[in-house]
Amino acid sequence: MARLSPDNEVLARQIIARYPRSRSALIPLLHVAQEQDGWVSDDAMEHIGELLGLTAAEVLGTCSFYEMFKLERVGTYLVNVCTNISCQLLGGEELLEHVEGRLGVKAGATTPDGMFTVEDVECIAACTEAPCLQVNYRYFHQITNAEFDSLVDDLRSGRRSDEIPPHGTTTRIRQHVPADRWAGLGAEGLPPEVT
Amino acid sequence: MAVTDAPKIITTRFDVADGHTLAGYERTGGYAALRTALGRAPADVLAEVKAANIQGRGGAGFPAGVKWGFLPPDVHPRYLVVNGDESEPGTYKDRLLMERDPHQLIEGVLISSYAVEAKQAFIYVRGEMAHAQERLAAALNEAYAAGLVGRDIAGSGWSMDVVLHWGAGAYIVGEETALIESLEGRRGMPRLKPPFFPAAKGLYMQPTIVNNVETLANVPWIVSNGGAAFAALGTEESAGMRIFALSGHVRRPGVYEVEMGKTTFRDLIEAPIYGGGIRNGGTLKAFIPGGASAPWFYEEHLDLPLSKPSVDKAGSMLGSGAIVVMDHTTDAVKACARVVRFFAHESCGKCTPCREGTTWLHQILQRILAGDGRPSDLELLMDVCDNISPGIAWPPKQTTICPLGPSAVSPIASALVRFRSEFEAYIANGRHAAAVPVEVGARG
Amino acid sequence: MADPLEVVTTVSITIDGRPVEARPGELLIAAAERAGTYIPRFCYHPRMEPVGMCRMCIVEVDTGRGPALQPSCMIPVAEGMAVSTESDVTKKAQDGVLEFLLINHPLDCPVCDKGGECPLQDQTLAFGPGESRFVEEKRHYEKPIPLSGLVSMDRERCILCDRCTRFAKDVAGDPLITFIGRGNETQVNTFPDDPFSSYFSGNTVQICPVGALLAKPYRFKARPWDLDQVESTCTACSVGCRMAVQSSTNRLVRHLGIDVDPVNWGWLCDKGRFDFEAVNAEERLGAPLMRKDEELVEVSWSEALTEVAERLAGASERHGAGSLAVLGGARLANEDAYAWSKLARTVLGTDNVDAQLGDGLPAEVVLGLPRATIDAACQAGTVVLLTPDIKEELPVLYLRLRDAVVSKGLRLIELSPTATGLTGLAAASLRYRPGEAAQVMRSLLAGGDGGAGDGSDDALREAAAILGDGPIVCVLGRPSLAESADSVVAAAGALLEARPGTTFLSALRRGNVHGALDMGLAPGVLPGRVSLHDAREWFTSSWGSLPDTQGLDAAGTLTAAAEGRIQGLVLLGADPLGDFPDRDLARRGIAGAGFVVAIDAFLTESSRQADVVLPAATFGERGGTTTNIEGRISRLSAKVTAPGSARADWMIAVELASRMGSDLGVESVDDLWDEIERVAPSHLGLTRTVLQSLDGADGVLAGPADDVGTAGAPPTMSQADEPGVSAAAAQGQDHLPGNVQTEEAVLGAGAAGGALGSEAVTEAFNADADTADYADGASEEAGGGEEAAVAAAAGAAEDDDAVVGEPSGGGTEGGAGPSRPPAIRFTAAGASGGPPPVDSYSLRLVSGRKLYDAGTFVSHAPSLVTLAPGANLRVNPADLDRLGVTTGTRVRVTSSRTSLVLVADADLGVPKGTAGLWFNQPGQGAADLIDVRGPVTDVRVETLGAGAGHVSARGGGS
Ligand SMILES: Cc1cc2nc3c(=O)[nH]c(=O)nc-3n(C[C@H](O)[C@H](O)[C@H](O)COP(=O)(O)O)c2cc1C
Ligand code: SF4
Ligand code: FES
Repeated sequence: MARLSPDNEVLARQIIARYPRSRSALIPLLHVAQEQDGWVSDDAMEHIGELLGLTAAEVLGTCSFYEMFKLERVGTYLVNVCTNISCQLLGGEELLEHVEGRLGVKAGATTPDGMFTVEDVECIAACTEAPCLQVNYRYFHQITNAEFDSLVDDLRSGRRSDEIPPHGTTTRIRQHVPADRWAGLGAEGLPPEVT
Repeated sequence: MAVTDAPKIITTRFDVADGHTLAGYERTGGYAALRTALGRAPADVLAEVKAANIQGRGGAGFPAGVKWGFLPPDVHPRYLVVNGDESEPGTYKDRLLMERDPHQLIEGVLISSYAVEAKQAFIYVRGEMAHAQERLAAALNEAYAAGLVGRDIAGSGWSMDVVLHWGAGAYIVGEETALIESLEGRRGMPRLKPPFFPAAKGLYMQPTIVNNVETLANVPWIVSNGGAAFAALGTEESAGMRIFALSGHVRRPGVYEVEMGKTTFRDLIEAPIYGGGIRNGGTLKAFIPGGASAPWFYEEHLDLPLSKPSVDKAGSMLGSGAIVVMDHTTDAVKACARVVRFFAHESCGKCTPCREGTTWLHQILQRILAGDGRPSDLELLMDVCDNISPGIAWPPKQTTICPLGPSAVSPIASALVRFRSEFEAYIANGRHAAAVPVEVGARG
Repeated sequence: MADPLEVVTTVSITIDGRPVEARPGELLIAAAERAGTYIPRFCYHPRMEPVGMCRMCIVEVDTGRGPALQPSCMIPVAEGMAVSTESDVTKKAQDGVLEFLLINHPLDCPVCDKGGECPLQDQTLAFGPGESRFVEEKRHYEKPIPLSGLVSMDRERCILCDRCTRFAKDVAGDPLITFIGRGNETQVNTFPDDPFSSYFSGNTVQICPVGALLAKPYRFKARPWDLDQVESTCTACSVGCRMAVQSSTNRLVRHLGIDVDPVNWGWLCDKGRFDFEAVNAEERLGAPLMRKDEELVEVSWSEALTEVAERLAGASERHGAGSLAVLGGARLANEDAYAWSKLARTVLGTDNVDAQLGDGLPAEVVLGLPRATIDAACQAGTVVLLTPDIKEELPVLYLRLRDAVVSKGLRLIELSPTATGLTGLAAASLRYRPGEAAQVMRSLLAGGDGGAGDGSDDALREAAAILGDGPIVCVLGRPSLAESADSVVAAAGALLEARPGTTFLSALRRGNVHGALDMGLAPGVLPGRVSLHDAREWFTSSWGSLPDTQGLDAAGTLTAAAEGRIQGLVLLGADPLGDFPDRDLARRGIAGAGFVVAIDAFLTESSRQADVVLPAATFGERGGTTTNIEGRISRLSAKVTAPGSARADWMIAVELASRMGSDLGVESVDDLWDEIERVAPSHLGLTRTVLQSLDGADGVLAGPADDVGTAGAPPTMSQADEPGVSAAAAQGQDHLPGNVQTEEAVLGAGAAGGALGSEAVTEAFNADADTADYADGASEEAGGGEEAAVAAAAGAAEDDDAVVGEPSGGGTEGGAGPSRPPAIRFTAAGASGGPPPVDSYSLRLVSGRKLYDAGTFVSHAPSLVTLAPGANLRVNPADLDRLGVTTGTRVRVTSSRTSLVLVADADLGVPKGTAGLWFNQPGQGAADLIDVRGPVTDVRVETLGAGAGHVSARGGGS
């Protein structure tokens, strides 16, 4: 429910500067917002619109196209179980059933304590490692039911918080370009843009 | 044919513990090709890649050198966009290339940008691949600090920037014009091409080259060893090495770099160093030769070589190098329905036949699986397919802008023709003919 | 030998085996349509970039490599292309698309506004599958949800064609509606709590190919088959948008934009689209009113007219004809304005006439500057804007300029006292302090040195560089009502002097103000853009006597009235208390006038003060013609009857003249036009035949062709793309027989098509087929377009033996009659005095209009009345800080006229030292502060005493 924090606004401006056209920073900024709050709030979208010279509707239009952006709160841990073909062949659907049973919610729902949200997702590019799932986009290859159960215990008790940041953070390493190294020729010769 | 002993090109550092670091990369020969390239004229480098005859590894298999040659002369700025959106079901190789050997990709990007005279490159990584993003960010930071990217690259006086960008979950964004839309901050809906191909009008309506991660990862080797050396691998119509992700019901699912054209599907599925045969000594029912979009292959296709023309001719495609093997226990209706669900879910919604048609197909299949199928549904399925992809032929005709909609036709046209009785059993009895429980885990 | 420079002008293709000549670069769907083959479509719209989304228009196209299905809306024609629109493959594919569109469509046609004129319904009836094969559950959404106060969205009906969203983004520049979600779950919606408040939102309803977008003012008002339609011209402002006016049971129910190439391209603003509600309003006057015992009471026409005639005659007798004055007329049709102009001069004997209420520019300036058309402005490399906010006052001109900037690279250089709706599109935007427009213009013309405005010299130099040396079109209006017109006129003069080739497009906003000025409703001006002085002889021969001296303008008249020198005042659809910039003077003027008669459709603040009020017919109730900002004359049509005994203004003039013992010599609108054509020099040759010709339907430019600066419009195709909205003449310049067929294909496809055809167009004017053909032929000879229309006009006129003067003014008919008077020419006014001194304790007031204000029509249109934003004082944040005021606080604002309490808002678009205040918003406001005696109005802004203003966070002292 928040606009970007002052620090994140600084980060946002750094990101915007990397693109020949500011609108290209829209998805990266939505990730910044989601990293800040765990989801993308209306206020954040409005703020991002202001930073990029877009209407809030334009921000929402882009944001809502993409699966990863959550327009409502989700759990601290997003459990994405792949049920697509390669995983289906090797028990992906059964794994999902187990996950749903273990966490007591169906795919699409969040546990009452706000810890876990389960999703039945499309292929996550780990097909030779089926069945598999991701927790906050961290992979668990060829995972067994028992392994999943102990993963849940670990997450509940905070034992793996180093390894798996809360929902919203994808990469924990950001690209940094020292000012004297940036070539900065991207926009040269681009026709003027009229919005 | 047999398993060849061709050299590995792009998977050499997969087992080098620090291969993803600058130190590890340079120790194993990294960035030498960049220096070689910078010592030559851009046109020479482009000619080398053209000579290598490397076909794009993203799905369409278009020769990279030829595509680069389409850039209109003297129109600048130009951009290079790296397609790291890998989302086609069954496909698993670009993620590994980005996670395990990020500098190799960066070096390929630099050399390619030099060859096509791009001043800025964007590496568009799939949003769900946090680890790949981290590895690439770290590698780029190292490379910038080491003077290998940015201003005055490696002291050559040539400058360019590489920006790491990642998506947010949408398969269609892998399609190159949708990728560009997404990179411009828009909904990832494909542009109609013609009138514009990205090489002529792409990012910001400027000339833009879009290449797959794997395609570009090959470029340093090509520059170091010469285009001719690359072209000498494989066959004339399908040169070089290629990564295949072999998944499903084989003993040894895995990611294998194999020589194109000289290796067959049978080699890949059965050879002990690759798939090692169908699990549990079972028999092959069907396999998908090139990702979920590809029509299925069967027993009779096993001896086809892994080459674009031969697979095309047999009515499917090598696509994204994803081979999904289904053994005799597979429920063809369920498998088919799952793939159709994917396309329905991932339709961008732009074209009426794709948006409405794929959803409708999915709904019909769900109804059949739920035991509410009607005999007329099978004709209906085929006719709806026909309205998305007229004639249900290969290569597909389409009433849509991009091939996503017609891709949903592939599994239905395959399964319904080959395994019609399984559909009929669902309709008649409300369940699968054999009702075999899925065996969890592959090894066995 | 082939000329190497020869441009390929046609591309040969075959459509269903028939050879067709297409234009290079033309889209296949358009080429086919011109050739009489209508390819079904939903997402394609000829005025927007194609997106190829709906896939309905796919056809088999063979370019030599075998037939392939291609969307005809995306494919440009290519030599040798063979197209099959009827092959089995094409038909199967199109039927398939249609079925896909229908599976989730609710098919609630019987309760849908669009039912009966719905392309989806039409397609389905014509070609669609019978039985549905779709047994699954349809997509469900909450039924219509409001997107704004005017427009609602039924997402279940939406077919996701991207027309409305493309319009909002690409045409209007208001991307407030968008696709949300993905794939099968995509919907069109706004951001939560951020309504689609675009001035152009109604266009989305018109272009929606199904009944998904609904206009509140039309919802459930009528079914298409009950509708009756005429083509007319919007007079909500002076752009002159052509539109279809539709009625049901003698009430106006809908306006739809018509695509005419030189003007509105099919678009309307929401004010023009929805203000028909005012025509239907309960408050309309239907009977004359007369003041008896302080009360206005209904009387008969006879009693009212007798009273008016006697009072005016009496005043004239006692105080001289110079004690009579006529204010207003800019809301009238040309014919009405002409009748009143003639009545004033010949019967009342006064030249105290003014269609403007001190809120425009001097008539000599508007009439005398070399003219530009909208097309010429849009095709000019550079346009200088010296205007109020075009987006607020001339909305569809804003759309045209916006398009020219975005898609044709037009460079706008804006000189304005505050930021406007075009500022974001301008290549350079210079702020000038009110009263200093001329100084800034001179600095700009001098290359940017010695800037006098607030703009830094850098900005001026940059603007000067953009200005370049090429031809310039200047859009000229009155940027602010709180500064006199003098400095703006001086700026225009400086521009014309420095750049003699410059042409001007007027930005005066009131509906037919240009027609009224053309008809001589300004002091010293007679019909046909000639001066009283120069045209005395010419008009004496046709009108008889004329006033001896030039009369007073509106400010002069009100001042004289306030001083008791006006004894008979006619308010001709004018409301000085609402519209004159200085309300104090207006109030004293009306109070001081001996006798006031108001001719109006409503009781306004001013007409409430009148002694007699005569009810007038208004838009949609009367025929005639109107003239737009370019001087383009287009037709108005009557669709419904006026309430009670209200009648057209010209009739009132004729009846009044007769009560005063004179005969205006006309009995109909046609008579009036024939007389105008005969006597108004700028209108010579513009016969009714010309106006009724095919080209005339787009409007005909008045004035000699070489005075008009027309740039040949590019061949833009216009199509009947919405049901019922097909401009008869808008079918492009070549009148291929195929067009007729095409229209039938569109209109005839629906059950209700017949009632809505363009046949109704000619209802008001019964075209004479022979002469129409003649004019048409002439225009083809001359190459089509407007120039042709003018040429045709000349030709037709000659044929009629009418008077056609040389531009220089040679006589005709053997030199017997008086010679044609010269057109008014603008002569740069003497250098105005230096800028008024700046008082650093004051803020200089800037006052322009918003689209929605307290104007008569908006006030009586229930859907629009709530949209007037109200008047807050807009101040630069730095000035607010200096004053110690936080935004949103009430402040006391004091001018030489009065003192008001207003809410102050921070606004970065207002430069330091100035204060913005929208004109004519409900309640007290700018007009109370403005003092027209000075060149500018300065105001003091003070915080209110503790407790009266805002309450501070701590609770404030007590
Ligand atoms: C629906 C769809 C999805 C695609 N997804 C990907 C993808 O994830 N990665 C990729 O490299 N190419 C993908 N492609 C292919 C790209 O459009 C494009 O051909 C490719 O990136 C070009 O690179 P290449 O020539 O190096 O193969 C996809 C194409 C389609 C139609
Ligand atoms: S085929 Fe499907 S995914 Fe491709 S553009 Fe059309 S709607 Fe989008
Ligand atoms: S795709 Fe051509 S009209 Fe919609």
